[in-house]
Amino acid sequence: MMWEYIKLVALGLVALAAALAAHFARDFGYEVHAILVMVVAAGMFVWQLRHTDEPKPAPTTEYLDGVVRAGVIATVFWALVGFLAGVFIASQLAFPSLNPIWAHGYLNFGRLRPVHTSAVIFAFGGNALIATSFYVVQRTSAVRLWGGNAAWFVFWGYNLFIVLAASGYVLGITQSKEYAEPEWYMDLWLTIVWLVYLAVFLGTIIKRKEPHIYVANWFYLSFIVTIAMLHVFNNLAIPVSLFGSKSVDVYSGVQDMMVQWWYGHNAVGFFLTAGFLGMMYYFVPKQAERPIYSYKLSIIHFWALIFLYIWAGPHHLHYTALPDWASTLGMVFSIMLWMPSWGGMINGLMTLSGAWDKLRTDPIMRMMVVSVGFYGMSTFEGPMMSIKTVNSLSHYTDWTIGHVHSGALGWNGMITFGALYFLTPRLWNKERLYSLRLVSWHFWLATIGIVLYASSMWVSGIMEGLMWREVDAQGYLVNSFADTVAARFPMLVTRAVGGSMYLTGGFIMAYNLWKTVTSAPEKAPAATAVPAE
Amino acid sequence: MSDKKPQGKGKQVETTGHVWDGIEELNNPLPKWWLYTFYLCIIFALGYTVFYPAWPLIHGETPGILGYSTRGAVEADIKAFAAQNAPLETKLVAMDMTKVKDDPALLQYANSAGAAVFRTNCIQCHGAGAQGIMSGGYPNLLDDDWLHGGTISAIYTTIQHGVRSPTDPNTRPAPAMPAWGETLKPDEITDVVQFVMKISGQTFDAAKADAGAKVFADNCAACHGDAGKGNPDMGAPNLTDAIWLYGGDLATVTETVTKGRAGVMPAWADRLSDADIRSVALYVHGLGGGQ
Repeated sequence: MMWEYIKLVALGLVALAAALAAHFARDFGYEVHAILVMVVAAGMFVWQLRHTDEPKPAPTTEYLDGVVRAGVIATVFWALVGFLAGVFIASQLAFPSLNPIWAHGYLNFGRLRPVHTSAVIFAFGGNALIATSFYVVQRTSAVRLWGGNAAWFVFWGYNLFIVLAASGYVLGITQSKEYAEPEWYMDLWLTIVWLVYLAVFLGTIIKRKEPHIYVANWFYLSFIVTIAMLHVFNNLAIPVSLFGSKSVDVYSGVQDMMVQWWYGHNAVGFFLTAGFLGMMYYFVPKQAERPIYSYKLSIIHFWALIFLYIWAGPHHLHYTALPDWASTLGMVFSIMLWMPSWGGMINGLMTLSGAWDKLRTDPIMRMMVVSVGFYGMSTFEGPMMSIKTVNSLSHYTDWTIGHVHSGALGWNGMITFGALYFLTPRLWNKERLYSLRLVSWHFWLATIGIVLYASSMWVSGIMEGLMWREVDAQGYLVNSFADTVAARFPMLVTRAVGGSMYLTGGFIMAYNLWKTVTSAPEKAPAATAVPAE
Repeated sequence: MSDKKPQGKGKQVETTGHVWDGIEELNNPLPKWWLYTFYLCIIFALGYTVFYPAWPLIHGETPGILGYSTRGAVEADIKAFAAQNAPLETKLVAMDMTKVKDDPALLQYANSAGAAVFRTNCIQCHGAGAQGIMSGGYPNLLDDDWLHGGTISAIYTTIQHGVRSPTDPNTRPAPAMPAWGETLKPDEITDVVQFVMKISGQTFDAAKADAGAKVFADNCAACHGDAGKGNPDMGAPNLTDAIWLYGGDLATVTETVTKGRAGVMPAWADRLSDADIRSVALYVHGLGGGQ
């Protein structure tokens, strides 16, 4: 009961502080954010007030799955938002008239691009990681999540961060660090949410009933810990005013750049690779109903991956003000990273041996296999692009965009779709998915979409690289930059078409999952999962 | 995957004995090809650091036995081209620009250099094909209408010093077109615009154009000339041809007269070498409209 009152007081204070911040706000975006926080806190205050004296339901020993269900819904929602933003900005690049003058400063490409990247990486990917990690850690530790409702705090807190970040981009709040655009107060909030996430996850592992920690949880844990570290160090900044959004970075020049790409590269390494490998290590063996191929490989590639990844960031800064020695180290560490990355692919694919026939009948399995295949392809392409001579051609071109999307759409997207199709019937206690046929449609639309996307960007990127570097016999550049922009047009259109197919697949999935929840047959009641006691 | 042994014909590998939520793990060894490729990558990586700058020390870093640096490589490239082009550049700077067309090697050099300079510095305003951008008032360089003269040396001077450049005292002395909306009455503007329509050979209102003739003579002829043929010494455009800097339709001409115009071209003398300016002048002159 005491705890309830503390919550009530805290919410009241937050609402009051946000009201003051809104009053003293020095810029419009900050004011909007302060009002948003005030409304949320005041709303929760009222809700809390009305429920304070209600008797609490007896503590249950079942898994805490409500938060996972909420996470599944959020993942699907943000997937659609993020893919839609992506298709729109891809179209803006192909057809500049989609940046109308009246929308400048709000909906032009520069404002929407971080909305797209944050929506797919942090909103879609982040919610998928949080939801699946909560599901997986409970199942593989055979206990309920630690920390009571703290998991709910993580879910709502994280999604509040997403809403603040995305609305901030449109209003012009950014610290201009790629994938770390949110300003200081959002960064502080995310730090709190993330530490609670770490506590919930670690607490659950510590109180586990299984003798060993399952490999998926090593990956999830390394993801949570490393992201906390990266986030804090890359976002060290001093606010200009407590009542304004602007802050000044504590680093400057090449140091700033190096910290930024240490962060940026490891956001890929630990958010999009390690975290999603955690997902892969649970959902692939579950869906295939086969044991993991090699325990030994999982240990070796895990430690090699997390040790080597953290040094590879400088390969984003070849041929810049970064000293040559740092550039060399970034490159060689990336090359050493190739096999450790492939360890995950081997373990994923070989887990299927003896179950290859499932590929014919099970579109979810097919999705997972294609996902692991794209993972293997992009983790080969990455080290290759880190080689300085290759990079001198590929850097700043569409090739990079193609590379990240074969990873993001192929690997992260497909494994998440697989996990969502696996989870939804189980979480809502359904016999099966509404329609496997629709899963097949989703699979083919997404796969063809990715192929169109990646191949058009390869062509476009290599063309750009070759055009930019072309000099005549006297050493003068042959092409103007505008020539290279004009030459990209057909590829930019193809890319937008590929993205639209991927988006259409997303809508089909959303419909299928919705129908699964609302109208698929109920599962027999006896099968409800209960932690081993 | 190449390594089939562990699961090959009938030989069933043991699991580790751990089970999590029904998931077991087989005890397969590391695939050989995987392990050896990993070793090879490590050997390559370490070997590479011997040849190139790599390991940070307390003072500086290991330079690598090839002595390579990215800045050094670029510098060498630039030096090589500079040395190769030096004789031609010297010749170009010393020569009368009208004579360059008689020296094929020099002309080819000036054209490719000029085109490159143009692509880097000029197309932002004048367009990739030098066709100009009328809505922005950026002149077309392909036609034979020149605001400040179309001979090679006139073009050369314009590029060197710019037009209405705030930073160059020798810039083209082009008085801005005043905003006549501040001094003329609305009727007078309507009339003079009709007169401009008349002398540029477009459809016009005869009564108003006649009234406009006097307005033109009193206010516009000083720069544009009595017949409206313009004056390159003042950068005043010819109004009788069909070539327009901002557009020749009724609305645009009315806007031009009412609000005035004062387009600026930067001075390039302190940004480009003399050889580069000569090259780009020759290139622009050779686009078709040069006099």
